[in-house]
Amino acid sequence: MMFWNDPIHFIETWFVDLFTTWGLSLQLATILVYAIGIIVLVVFAMVLDIFLVWVERKVVARFQDRLGPNRIGPFGLIQPFADIIKMVIKEDITPVGADKVLFNIAPVLAAMSVIILWAILPLASTIYGVDLNVAVLYLIAAGSLGTLAIIIAGWSSNNKYALLGAFRMVANMVSYEIPMVIILLIPTILADTMSVRGITDAQSGMWFFFLSPLAFLIFLVSAIAELGRSPFDLNEAESEIVAGFHIEYTGMKFGWFYAGELLHAFTFGGFMAILFFGGYGGFFGLEELPAFQWLTIPFIQAAVFITKAMLGYWVIMWVKYSMPRIRIDHMLAFNWKFLVPLSLVVLVNTAFVNRILAGASDWVYVLIMFGSNLVIAVVVVEILRAVGRRDRKAVATGIPAGNPE
Amino acid sequence: MQSEWIYIGIFLLVGIIVPVVPLLVAAAIAPRKSNPIKSSTYECGIETVGETWVQFKAQYYIFALVFLVFDVETVFLFPWALTLNQLPLFVVFEGILFIGILVSGLVYIWRRGLLEWA
Repeated sequence: MMFWNDPIHFIETWFVDLFTTWGLSLQLATILVYAIGIIVLVVFAMVLDIFLVWVERKVVARFQDRLGPNRIGPFGLIQPFADIIKMVIKEDITPVGADKVLFNIAPVLAAMSVIILWAILPLASTIYGVDLNVAVLYLIAAGSLGTLAIIIAGWSSNNKYALLGAFRMVANMVSYEIPMVIILLIPTILADTMSVRGITDAQSGMWFFFLSPLAFLIFLVSAIAELGRSPFDLNEAESEIVAGFHIEYTGMKFGWFYAGELLHAFTFGGFMAILFFGGYGGFFGLEELPAFQWLTIPFIQAAVFITKAMLGYWVIMWVKYSMPRIRIDHMLAFNWKFLVPLSLVVLVNTAFVNRILAGASDWVYVLIMFGSNLVIAVVVVEILRAVGRRDRKAVATGIPAGNPE
Repeated sequence: MQSEWIYIGIFLLVGIIVPVVPLLVAAAIAPRKSNPIKSSTYECGIETVGETWVQFKAQYYIFALVFLVFDVETVFLFPWALTLNQLPLFVVFEGILFIGILVSGLVYIWRRGLLEWA
């Protein structure tokens, strides 16, 4: 039964034994096995990505009361493969005056910044790439690479629309990274570790969503902004700057931006599941009962994780296809005047309450955590209503308000 | 510990190779028939006017500066958050004081009107 309890380690040991009997040194064999494992993991991510293209097109079709792809294969399932073939055989056009080196680097970087996130994504308690002790910082670092790819793409295209898209991306991503980094501190405080597996295991009894629902909401908003998806899709804004940063890209280079965005959205769905919904576990102690021990089987855990990540991805899609694009000044004001102060308040609250209640019983801890978030939410809503009332009064009396928003 | 970072290194390599392979395949089999009109800059059919890399709005720069300050300061908060439960209570207040300094910076730029998109 060793394989079913710890499949990756089982296969790894088998391969290392095989290679050492061939005469390779232990270190070389280990590195070789790492490489094989990584290739398998990345290929899995890519296959999932192809499937996501189909999911995205099907779901947007349903939102817009259409059928979506339904001609090629059952339910149009073969459609993304047809898309890939089409993209590969399309002519690759480099616009005149483009910075050729940067122009070619950008799509690779865009795809790479997403793929490397899979190194730390734990699919199950024993199926994961690597368990870094600074995984949360790694997540932030890899996210910044994606920003860089978009800036490079917009700059190197020698196109005014692309450049405008890149500018907006700087303002957008750079701003929304602040609330995201602050919110990532909260699972760190609650779990006492930065490793994603540690954070997942700390939620086996209670999801962090229930300890800090406000943190989850802020994370969701800033994740959507980081992805550059609607309502924060000013960087591509089809109706004004056509496609923004990737306007000049054709064929497979465009394909990487598209595939990268979808996989990025799914990966963020996965991180939402890990940070706030217990990842592969989080069954509220159910798995300790004899009747539910099968929940700890790695493949069941992986299925649970993929389902949770898919739900997160679906919420991101739901927001994308329901919301209109917001104006850039509103976007920045919403971040700096609302999300950043709010996330700091939530952080202080979490740190303080968590430290005060260090020895309290579980239920008191959960109730006070949830209650304090509720109080903050009510106060924030009241402040927003007061500001709104003041602005409406200012408009009605014709005196310009202090804050144009 | 070391093997983890070797793993990340190999992952970076694979992460670069995987996107490059389809691009190479495309470069090998895609047609190549360039002409001046096809490779001209696409701006909705109108010919492009002047340089592309022009001066841009200074506001973007100011937001980038504000971001830099916050980003550096939040990185200092990670060690604090990680060891919060092992340290005495006054360290929590020190962290809150640090966040207070952060907030006073935010209040300052807010009052100066730098957060307005003017």
